[in-house]
Amino acid sequence: MNKHLIGLAIAGALSAHAMPSAQAQQGELVVYCTVQEEWCRPMVQAFEAKTGIKVSMTRKSSGETYAQIKAEAANPRGDVWWGGTGDPHLQAAEENLTEEYRSPMLAQLLPWAVKQAEQSKFRTVGIYAGALGYGVNTKMLAEKKIAEPKCWADLIKAEFKDEVQVADPNSSGTSYTMLATMVQLMGEDKAFDYLKALHKNINQYTKSGAAPARAAATGESMVGIVFQHDAVSQAVAGAPLKVVSPCEGTGYEIGSMSLIKGAKNLANAKIWYDWALTPEAQEIGEKAKAYQVPSNKSAKVPPAAPNLAETKLIDYDFAKYGSSVERTRLLKKWDAEVKTAPKN
Amino acid sequence: MKLDRFSLFWSMAGLLGLALLPALNGDARSGLALAASGHGVVLVTLAVLVIAAVPPSRRAISWVELGLAALALLLIGVAGFRPLALSGLGLLPSPAPLNLGAGLAIAAVALVALAAGASARLGAFRNDRFVATCVAVIGALVILFVFWPVSRMLVEAFAGPSGFVSAGELLDRLSAPDIWSLGCLGGGQACGVAVNSLGLGLLVAGLSTVFGLAFALLATRTNVRMPKLFDALAILPIITPPFVVGLALIVLFGRTGIVTATLSDWFGLPRTRWIYGLPGVTIAQVLSQAPLSFIILSGALKALSPTLEEAAQTLRASRLRIFMTVTLPLLAPALLNTFLLAFVESLSDFGNPLVLGGSFEVLSTKIFFAIAGAQHEPARAAILALILLAFTLAAFALQMRLLAGTSFVTVSGKGDSGLPSPLPAAMPAGLWLIAAPWIALTIAVYGVVLIGGFVVDIGRFDLTPTLAHFATGFAVGTGDAGLVWLGSAWNSFWVTVWVAGISAPLTAMVGLLTAYVLARQEFRGRRAFEFMTLLSFAIPGTVIGISYILAFNVAPVEITGTLAILIACFVFRNMPVGVRAGMAALSQIDKSLDEASATLRASTARTLVLVILPLIKPAIVATLIYSFIQAMTAVSAVIFLVTARYNLATAYVVGRVEAGEYSLAIAYCALMIAFMLMVIWAVRLVVGEQNLGRRLGEPQAVSGGPA
Repeated sequence: MNKHLIGLAIAGALSAHAMPSAQAQQGELVVYCTVQEEWCRPMVQAFEAKTGIKVSMTRKSSGETYAQIKAEAANPRGDVWWGGTGDPHLQAAEENLTEEYRSPMLAQLLPWAVKQAEQSKFRTVGIYAGALGYGVNTKMLAEKKIAEPKCWADLIKAEFKDEVQVADPNSSGTSYTMLATMVQLMGEDKAFDYLKALHKNINQYTKSGAAPARAAATGESMVGIVFQHDAVSQAVAGAPLKVVSPCEGTGYEIGSMSLIKGAKNLANAKIWYDWALTPEAQEIGEKAKAYQVPSNKSAKVPPAAPNLAETKLIDYDFAKYGSSVERTRLLKKWDAEVKTAPKN
Repeated sequence: MKLDRFSLFWSMAGLLGLALLPALNGDARSGLALAASGHGVVLVTLAVLVIAAVPPSRRAISWVELGLAALALLLIGVAGFRPLALSGLGLLPSPAPLNLGAGLAIAAVALVALAAGASARLGAFRNDRFVATCVAVIGALVILFVFWPVSRMLVEAFAGPSGFVSAGELLDRLSAPDIWSLGCLGGGQACGVAVNSLGLGLLVAGLSTVFGLAFALLATRTNVRMPKLFDALAILPIITPPFVVGLALIVLFGRTGIVTATLSDWFGLPRTRWIYGLPGVTIAQVLSQAPLSFIILSGALKALSPTLEEAAQTLRASRLRIFMTVTLPLLAPALLNTFLLAFVESLSDFGNPLVLGGSFEVLSTKIFFAIAGAQHEPARAAILALILLAFTLAAFALQMRLLAGTSFVTVSGKGDSGLPSPLPAAMPAGLWLIAAPWIALTIAVYGVVLIGGFVVDIGRFDLTPTLAHFATGFAVGTGDAGLVWLGSAWNSFWVTVWVAGISAPLTAMVGLLTAYVLARQEFRGRRAFEFMTLLSFAIPGTVIGISYILAFNVAPVEITGTLAILIACFVFRNMPVGVRAGMAALSQIDKSLDEASATLRASTARTLVLVILPLIKPAIVATLIYSFIQAMTAVSAVIFLVTARYNLATAYVVGRVEAGEYSLAIAYCALMIAFMLMVIWAVRLVVGEQNLGRRLGEPQAVSGGPA
């Protein structure tokens, strides 16, 4: 009978594969959370405590979540996509993967958050902002007796040879934001001249956007170009890291939120959406060591957060530089002219 | 009328499935209830299963059974993909696609088995119903869980904005210079991503095989005093989630690393970033691959009957000559297998290039970021995936070519086998020269992992002791109902243990059955079957992940968000290792043993269980352990499949690494390592080490070597 046992086991295996999936029921909500886990969790807990709606939360990077929502489009599993840099949200809006919604909370938001909503025809909305900048390891700076850099221009000086780290814009939204920022700040030709000069000082193009902050914190690299709040997290944890907001001005990301098209719990998703735009919800970030600037006008800005008022922010054109055509063009050009250029 | 056990069994299995379990997904009714309410497809399935229980006394009945089973399967397939055709005929209550539930899934498997059995009676598969059933069921599952998802993905990706891309454009994309450039050879420029992957794979495969062989020889052919420690040390790297090795290597060899700082202070060596890029990725991959090579090669060495070596000894061949002309050639299949495994693993590895790659690009990370990065270019991912697939398949083809027509039989069933020849005199010393630094490196890496979880931040050398990381992840409290798992990591930990625990025995079973059928049975389409079962190994994890969502998020097999999809993913991803290990072990066992068993009128299944399985125990142990570990440590394949409810340990760790919480990541990994060690120990205890009736000789005195 052994052959039959084996056969039965195979049949059993298949039946395990075909177990019914969890069906969404009333009073539930599936959140795709794309910020760090310790921010996702208290958000979910606070929401559950306030509304009694049972939340299932999945945390992934925003690129992964975008890919997942796209793959699931025929039968959406998620209801609301909360957090993460704005580009994939805009991309999802462009591809009609997300739902249009005009929250009554829009009036309470800062202009950049509303603009994000308007540009996407109200398929996404800004929930926090973080400016681009860089972290400098002060200990190494002192050892090498180098003056503290203050501007983008400082980073192409010879003394930073092999000491600057940034992610590859092909893989990281952070680094693409930098590429687009330079183009808007300097004009395209000058921007590429600058990036080519910077290329000589780059020790490596990492895959992950926040990795250079860690490298600068541990001394693997003297400078790491990242979103400032990522550098702040390392500094708050005790690293000798100075966060620099470049003097020429800088670009920024708008952390966004979208309702997923075809959401099974649309009503609950809207409750989350409105709630996530309240000061009460947005102030959870600070406790979770997230130092972004919240989008609600009356939400308290974390004291450790880089002060956006003192940062020269450029008028970042999210619609243009978030579009797939422009992005593909810039990335191709960067690949051809910067990445493959000789280092010496 | 004599009852036929085979038909009766499968017919009953299918009927019980329909009677007891919900037949459709999202509908609690059983198959019987649905058939009663007039669900045509279920009704047909039910009827065919009942008819199939009739003993096939005549050839014509077998034809009828085959036809009916095929018809029922066809109906289920059409109802799943093109329901409109059937609802028009009144066979489906609504035009919604049929969504398989547990009951109908079991019935479908039974139908496949019955069809296979009927075709075997009609002369296919040399009239062996067991072989026919194995091939048909495994083949169907592989098509469902490997072919279908991957082809969905490729179709999706090649579709341009307006239909399919042209052949010319496809060629352009395939031959892009950033894939094939050889610039790094001339200096200055970077090489293409495919060239990088290929070079890395060959390097890692070569080194892993050399290290694995050195360790295997030391462990099995010298009187090394601490074989247990040896085993433990060798097994550590493979039970380690990939990120940790990379992180530990940075702590050791990074620009501010411990070793780098020491060398710089003592000898004035400049601090460089040599670890980032090809060297670091190579070291990390060899660290995790060499132990697997060790396990396979020491298994092969143990299973190798020493008769031939003893014969050579009797003929006064020197030890070196015996080693070079007898032992090594006998090891050829195992060596090639390890080389191949390491090559393919290196190609599909994702974690190490991510952490240590620096500006060194490989296909697996490129594919991942083409999908999930700033580019959002699934078409590009598909191109790169195709190239990756081509490399792996070429490796398999090469191996089959090289090994075709050669016999490596050493276990013949003809009595005892003698004692292995001692190694050439100077060799153990040489082997130690290779092994010792490697052991030192392994200990250093694990020292970092061990300490890293208990201090504030080992990367910054903040060595203040703390238990905070473990408290965050693994706090346990007491509540009203006894223990309460407070830590944030417990959920993912238990799910991982479940998934790994369920998928490992399934993987071993499916893999070894396949190996047996492939190595021992002749049937038409054997090569195609072999190719199919090995294919999933060649597909990078990220591609598998995305394609699983595409394929299994909708009817007829809607299993995303369940434990089942994770299990299916692991079973069919790791199955090739079971196949390879089983085939390597079987290639050393003489077919005359099977024939003897068959002569005594034992069925194929009985021969398999009573004769073959005990002889390939090492392969079983290796597969069980390997698939359990893979399920616990895989990253890229599952990152798209985990959900809040079914989160996996590695996905949690990736989150930690992304958030810069390296210490918690390291602490979690240390705990996983401890757990997996316990499991391996338990598996060995239960399944047991192999003992193939060799004489227990005194270990040969070996000159040289610190052992």
